[in-house]
Amino acid sequence: MNVTIALLLAQDGLSNGVIYALLAISILLVFLITRVLLVPQGEFVVLAALTMVQLQKGAGPSVIWLLLALAVTAASMSSLRAWRTGEWRRLPAVLAFTLGAVLFGAAASATPLLTTAGAAPHFALTTMATLVLVAPLGPLLYWSAFEGIARASILTLLFAAVAVHYVLQGSMLPLFGPEGFQAEALISGRVDVGFTRVSLQLLLLCAIFVATVGALWMFIGRTIAGKILRATAVNARGARIVGIRPETSGAIAFGLASLIGAVSGVLIAPLTTLYYDSGFLLALKGFVGAVTGGLASFPLAAAGSLLIGVLEAMFSFQFSALKDSLVFAALLPILLILSTRQLSDRDTEAEE
Amino acid sequence: MSPQPLVIAGTALPLIAALAALAIPDYWVTLLTYAGMSAVLCIGLVMMTGYGGITSFGQAAFAGIAAYATAILTTGLALSPWLGLLTGLALAVASAFVIGWITVRLSGHYLVLGTFAWGISLFYAFANVEGLGGYNGIGGVPGLFGGSRLLFNALVWAFVAVALLGAVRVLDSRIGRAIRAAPSKAMAESFGVDTATAKLTVFVLAAALAGAAGWLQAHYLRIVNPGPFHLNASVEYLFMTIIGGVGSLLGAIVGATAVTVAKSWLQTSVPALLGSGFNLEGVVFGLLVLGLLQAAPRGMTALLPASFALRPRGSRRSETRLPPRAKPAATQSVLALRSVSKHFSGAQALDRVSLDLNAGEILALVGPNGAGKSTLFNAITGLSPASNGTVALLGEDVTRLPARAIARRGLARTFQHAHLRPEMTVIENVSLGAHTRTAQGVAAALLGRDRPEESRIFGEARGCLAELGVAEFANARTGTLSLGSQRLVEVARAVACDPIALLLDEPAAGLRAEEKQHLANAIVAMRDRGIAILVVEHDLDFVANVADRVVVLDFGTVIAQGTPDEIVRDPRVIAAYLGQAEVSGDVARALHH
Repeated sequence: MNVTIALLLAQDGLSNGVIYALLAISILLVFLITRVLLVPQGEFVVLAALTMVQLQKGAGPSVIWLLLALAVTAASMSSLRAWRTGEWRRLPAVLAFTLGAVLFGAAASATPLLTTAGAAPHFALTTMATLVLVAPLGPLLYWSAFEGIARASILTLLFAAVAVHYVLQGSMLPLFGPEGFQAEALISGRVDVGFTRVSLQLLLLCAIFVATVGALWMFIGRTIAGKILRATAVNARGARIVGIRPETSGAIAFGLASLIGAVSGVLIAPLTTLYYDSGFLLALKGFVGAVTGGLASFPLAAAGSLLIGVLEAMFSFQFSALKDSLVFAALLPILLILSTRQLSDRDTEAEE
Repeated sequence: MSPQPLVIAGTALPLIAALAALAIPDYWVTLLTYAGMSAVLCIGLVMMTGYGGITSFGQAAFAGIAAYATAILTTGLALSPWLGLLTGLALAVASAFVIGWITVRLSGHYLVLGTFAWGISLFYAFANVEGLGGYNGIGGVPGLFGGSRLLFNALVWAFVAVALLGAVRVLDSRIGRAIRAAPSKAMAESFGVDTATAKLTVFVLAAALAGAAGWLQAHYLRIVNPGPFHLNASVEYLFMTIIGGVGSLLGAIVGATAVTVAKSWLQTSVPALLGSGFNLEGVVFGLLVLGLLQAAPRGMTALLPASFALRPRGSRRSETRLPPRAKPAATQSVLALRSVSKHFSGAQALDRVSLDLNAGEILALVGPNGAGKSTLFNAITGLSPASNGTVALLGEDVTRLPARAIARRGLARTFQHAHLRPEMTVIENVSLGAHTRTAQGVAAALLGRDRPEESRIFGEARGCLAELGVAEFANARTGTLSLGSQRLVEVARAVACDPIALLLDEPAAGLRAEEKQHLANAIVAMRDRGIAILVVEHDLDFVANVADRVVVLDFGTVIAQGTPDEIVRDPRVIAAYLGQAEVSGDVARALHH
């Protein structure tokens, strides 16, 4: 491996790393607020990517069926909960969101009709339609599967997340079929920066990444909804005492996760061929990234994810068969260092 | 000794399964065999996850190690499958030692991710390492008993019975209680438990059971390939234990059986039902798990009567106690602090605190909230060592020793917020106090050789409970006790250490008058036995009642010390509590009464 190849590999790695970073940030966000380790985050990404490809081909998006099924489940589970607890106040908002998601989803599914036959649909149109179809899945999923067990142990929540992953992945096979999908590149070519040539694709990825993180930062820092999220993340019980419902925060967090997942899906679609079951490994890598940030720090999680992307690119060049094996094995020493560092003072304090 | 329902069920179920195979169709025998093989692995998972607090997404990989080992030995080298069993188990155990050594040191979510990491890594290793046959695997593995399905089924269920009874013996032993206490790390370490070793122990035991399951699978399927050892398989095993009930050993059997039967039914019926070529069993299965988590988060066995839960056999009436520790002579210095300081990233919690605690005295440490009392406790006990200065126990510098090493030297403590394991019985919690005074290990527990020591431990624990006036709760689940009773149980546990120095952190908080009296009597009785006692307490009446000397701490420094009488009149003390410099004698008197 010479320097030129290494630089090109690093670019490849960074492209994937940006995606992993977005995954890591969503997983971290959801974990801090709801304590759910969101394994299905990878499915959001893949759903968005596959939807993007379908729309580009002018086909109807299969994800609408999933959206409908989740909408029905979310509406009935929320109604059931309202009926059982006698707590009706939040129900209208949930039902309104669900109905809106279905209506907008239906409209987005109709976008292929807007394009004249033979012509390629406009990129902005397919992107918008993809976001509209995939972003509402988060809250719907939260109301369907997680709100009812919101106070269970982290372990139970993790099991629920894994079960949701199985359900989503299993339903994606009949919806999309076993074949792989890759979207058309948004932009191609490279720009010379002296010591190497940087792909425009990577620059675009980085720009969108920065924009997404910036928007998220603004949302969390500057809006009431963001303050609700922060309050719940810092202390869920305290937030409840001052009248903030963890359920509201949970739905918002899941919504942000599916929105960022949809953006990641749009971004990754042209980079690599994705299959209905590609989500799990993606989520695991995002998970690894989140953990390198100590499951607490967003900047560290993003940096760790970029590193994983680069490591993976290097490994896949040198030992392609053992690529995934090595990425995960390399994790153990990192975890060990993090863990021993954490064990000093904070752990005992935290347990008191 | 009263036989417990769990042990009876553990013996009867496998027997029924082995006998039932004689009368049921082949299809059901196959399912029964599969269920039994999974149950062996799941029993290990329950020990590890339900009792030891370690969630593993990599158990199938250990099954794989044993399966590949026996496949290579019995095909390539044509050796006996029984030799394959020994080798497979040895390899699974050895790799569990290596992987576990790293993994159990990870905390919380790191640990879960760690198991993901090696689970996946081993899977790819099985598929890619030369000589293991790639994704096709190794075929031609010999069957057992000339291919008799009935005998094989009986063997599988014999494994289940041995695994279950072994698990009961281990969990209901000195090491088992250490394993069950390990999730509460600070508490367990404070009672001399090496939590990393306890976790490694249960990790290795679970890996051995996984290895046994892998060996059975290899000789049942007669082919070994990476598929059954994938992360998905590990997840399925976890689902089995959750569905059965992760905190219940019977749950492992119930869950394994339920999932095996449901899965087989789904595989045959779902495609027919939906008329699709797609494999939808995963979806239905995931939905079932989700439904169950919402409806019965503690699993199917939560519906069983509580008598099927693990109960200590040591609860029989034993009066013999453990031999007492040698005590230092009265008035000898036991604990000596010299200029102990502690700062947390800039904040000075303790500033050059020096104090002495002698054998046979009760020293009260008082001070307003945030004065640094609990920090001082943590510095003395080694949970959060001092930044500067020295702590000496019987003249030996223990400043930098880990909490468990200090505990072994005869220091016991209670916590400001009771740190008891709610799902263990009261007497089991108290028995943990005797951990450093006893020695029996896992092998003794498995062979039942630890019973004499166990009965002494429980005799000791019962004695300590009686001393604190809470003997009536001995067999209750600790989580069901009132907060006041839990505090007394905490003190009883510390007493069960037979310590030379005892540190009590607000023991009287939340106690009723009668309970306080019991506590005061017990503390005084311990002092009279020559134990050095340091007690943090806000209840000044209680302090005046029991303490020989009082030290007052404020803003991390000692501001006064003397007899209780002197202290309540000391203007600096009154100022520290009431926040003003001049205080009339009336207030001082009011404070006193």
